[in-house]
Amino acid sequence: MRPATNNLGRVLGLGRRTERTWTALVAVIALICLAPAVVIGWSLVNPTAEVWSHLWSTVLPGMLWSTAALLVLVFVGSAVLGGGLAWLVSGYDFPGRKTFSWMLVLPLAIPAYILGFVFMSVFGFTGPIQGTLRDLFGADVPVPEIRSIWGAALVLSLSLFPYVYLLGRAAIREQATAGYEVARSLGYSHFNAARRVVLPMARPSLVAGLTLVMLETLTDFATVIYFNVQTVSVGVYRVWKGMFDRQAASELASLVLLFALVVLALERAMRGRARYEQHSGSRRALPTKTLYGARAWGATAVCTGVLTLAFFAPVGQLLYWAATRGGFDSSYFSYLSNSVVLALMAAGVVAVAATGVANARRFSPTRPVRAMSQLTVVGYALPGPVIAIGVLLVLAALDRLLDSVGIQVPGLLITGSIAGVVYAYAVRFMALGVNGIDSSLQKVPMELTLSARSLGAKPLRVMRRVHLPMTRTGIAVALLLVGIDALKELPMVLLLRPFGFDTLPVWIWQLASQSRWEDAALGSVTIIAASLVPVALLTRSLRTTEPPDDLPASPAALTLEHVTI
Amino acid sequence: MSTSELAPPRAPGQPAQPPAVELSGIVKRFGSTTAVDDVSLSIAPGELLTLVGPSGCGKSTLLRMVAGLMEPDSGEIHLAGRPVFARSVSVPPEERSVGLVFQENTLFPHLNVRGNIAFGLKGQPKGRVATRVAEVLDLVELSSFGKRFPHELSGGERQRVALARALAPEPTVLLLDEPFANLDPNLRSQVRGQTVEILRRAGASVLFVTHDQLEAMSLGDRVAVMGSGRVKQVGSPKSVFHFPTSRFVASSLGEAYFLPVTLCGNGRIDCEAGHCAYDCQPTHDRMEIMVRPHDVTFQVDPEGRGKVVGVEFQGAHILYKVQLPSGRRLRCQLPHTTDVPLGTAVSVELAHGHDPVVLPAQPEPDELS
Repeated sequence: MRPATNNLGRVLGLGRRTERTWTALVAVIALICLAPAVVIGWSLVNPTAEVWSHLWSTVLPGMLWSTAALLVLVFVGSAVLGGGLAWLVSGYDFPGRKTFSWMLVLPLAIPAYILGFVFMSVFGFTGPIQGTLRDLFGADVPVPEIRSIWGAALVLSLSLFPYVYLLGRAAIREQATAGYEVARSLGYSHFNAARRVVLPMARPSLVAGLTLVMLETLTDFATVIYFNVQTVSVGVYRVWKGMFDRQAASELASLVLLFALVVLALERAMRGRARYEQHSGSRRALPTKTLYGARAWGATAVCTGVLTLAFFAPVGQLLYWAATRGGFDSSYFSYLSNSVVLALMAAGVVAVAATGVANARRFSPTRPVRAMSQLTVVGYALPGPVIAIGVLLVLAALDRLLDSVGIQVPGLLITGSIAGVVYAYAVRFMALGVNGIDSSLQKVPMELTLSARSLGAKPLRVMRRVHLPMTRTGIAVALLLVGIDALKELPMVLLLRPFGFDTLPVWIWQLASQSRWEDAALGSVTIIAASLVPVALLTRSLRTTEPPDDLPASPAALTLEHVTI
Repeated sequence: MSTSELAPPRAPGQPAQPPAVELSGIVKRFGSTTAVDDVSLSIAPGELLTLVGPSGCGKSTLLRMVAGLMEPDSGEIHLAGRPVFARSVSVPPEERSVGLVFQENTLFPHLNVRGNIAFGLKGQPKGRVATRVAEVLDLVELSSFGKRFPHELSGGERQRVALARALAPEPTVLLLDEPFANLDPNLRSQVRGQTVEILRRAGASVLFVTHDQLEAMSLGDRVAVMGSGRVKQVGSPKSVFHFPTSRFVASSLGEAYFLPVTLCGNGRIDCEAGHCAYDCQPTHDRMEIMVRPHDVTFQVDPEGRGKVVGVEFQGAHILYKVQLPSGRRLRCQLPHTTDVPLGTAVSVELAHGHDPVVLPAQPEPDELS
């Protein structure tokens, strides 16, 4: 028999009433979070024949092809960039290695829809690069067309590869060291030890990073529209915003969901049966091989090149535009305030719900509660268009329901208010909140909760007087991360915003779509500055590895998990 | 021994009070293992009962069920006569009036000492709270520490605050779960002494769980020895230590050797290590006599049939390991003034000083594990 102290949480049944209340709370939150996915899943398994035959005979084959092609290209691009750079900075020593090793996370701060338009402007037909080439070699010089799937894939890879880099680097550095040393002692060279031992050991983490990249790629339609790539997600947007065809939009969204499910299934398959335990005992870094001469400078040049392309040059360009553009558009503030209001609401909703879920896991640590609390975080794996259209359908049903019981809502819930946007954000970012607050609550010893209860405090009082003060930092960080993710979010707000309600990213995107790059610069700089905050937290806690195995991974869960108080 | 001699002193003339804790037929299973197996126990008001046993014997599980942190699968729990767990009753922990002290530091880090102690006094008028906080702070002799925060206290002080916090609401029973396990050994005996004093002064009814037999015996009015989910024996420390009813209990409370009895009857008992006067009533074919290191002595004797094969200097006394002709070895505790080198031939004698314990030779099957 195991001593009871070791599995306190599991056996703790703190009174039946309490258990029922908290179970019900988690059930409601899980239901709300799951509803959008369920309604889209419903249209996936109940296709409407006429909608499909129409779609199939027109745009669908092209969309499916572009989506698949884009996914493959971004996969390869971010695997090469993320995996390669992770190996380079962990396995070799060269000038600037330490600096690069944290700087390579910086590209995460530039959303793809910003990086995308900067690339369009610089590499496009009217941009300086092509202009110079034409000046030098004449008007008919062959230049690769940036406005293509290749351009879109390049931009997405450059802005998303840090996910792969981060997870891969952590795995290589902290998990593979012992294996590497054994391999060397058995006669493998540095390179062969890497190929035969380090890479296989890092594979689950690399795959996890690539999965996040794929899901982000599926979410995006704003960026690829610049490049005239028609993915299924673009289709959802066009069908909904162009024709307000809810039926067709939900059918297309269900295809996006299908793509996401395939990606997740592939992750399972690629991860295989391997479950790599992380041994916390040895936290030694991998021994590096020092590079000399041309190779050393080559490595430095590669890192510099990637960073320039993915971060410094675009930021420089935007700053230049923002500084040189005459006049100031005062509508900037109204867009900014819209964004901030939305971000605060999303963060508030997530913080409250996630605090509830985390506390329920503490007060009622039963199997159903744990299972349902994992359902509350599925949003991180759902592409934005799926959540947005799902929310649309759920709220439409709610509107009808309220109407049928005779409650007249002034205006429609969907179009009349930003409730839909907040709902969608909450679903998408719930994982940040739940993972963050739960891991912070796990640092509060169970005995403390028990002591408080034996002193006569009911669960709500324990939560207010003990758990909240002790998890303050975790809640604050979760609020911050959700807020900033909401601040820079674009696809869902494009689909769901009420008429006339534009956020900063929407404004940027509209200006960029009209090639008004200079006008979009100020907003872009604002977004990047805000995004640097979580990136800074991330770099500070670079000794991250796996998220808690209990809850699914999300990029920012990594951050939360390891931000020290 | 009767339980009456073990009951705590009560002022005469007081009406009989219901026991502070009364457990009857408690069973708790985890999957296929039975952690607590039909346990019945009671703790009188003001009594300090220690529950001792190896890790995994179910003692902490039992404590948690009393606190309401876990529900038994069957059985009943009454606290001061009030059912808190029975067929249709399950009182949540916050309504049970129990005080809890764990081994870990469980003070609320964001509250100062005063705040921690006042936590359990919610709903009482401010003046009352202040008075009570001052009272218990005084009781644990930390009156000037009220404004300190937990991280500014030493390990022993923290445990005293935890004790004060648990005592402040005047619980029906105080439950202590290995409260000294995390203290370093030197500090431990000091804090242990202070704790007993505090508990006596407070007149609290206490269930004290520990795996340390010395702690159990030195603190408890009564000791309950647990093994594999069952209470094996309950009684005063002295009676349980000197008169265990099973080999398991004998070994749980201290070093014990069992030597086959060669002659048993006519007011005399013989074994390999000598003989003593005792009116032995054999219940089985083969009986064994319990010998603790202080129950046996030896003389240097060139003709002796024992041989010293090990010497452990322990400061106040010396433990000699002696090999008997049969090859059995036992340890023998002699004063530090003795000085017998290894290999010396000795003749061993029993020196119980009280009636010896004679048990059937076969160990009980469930104690083999």
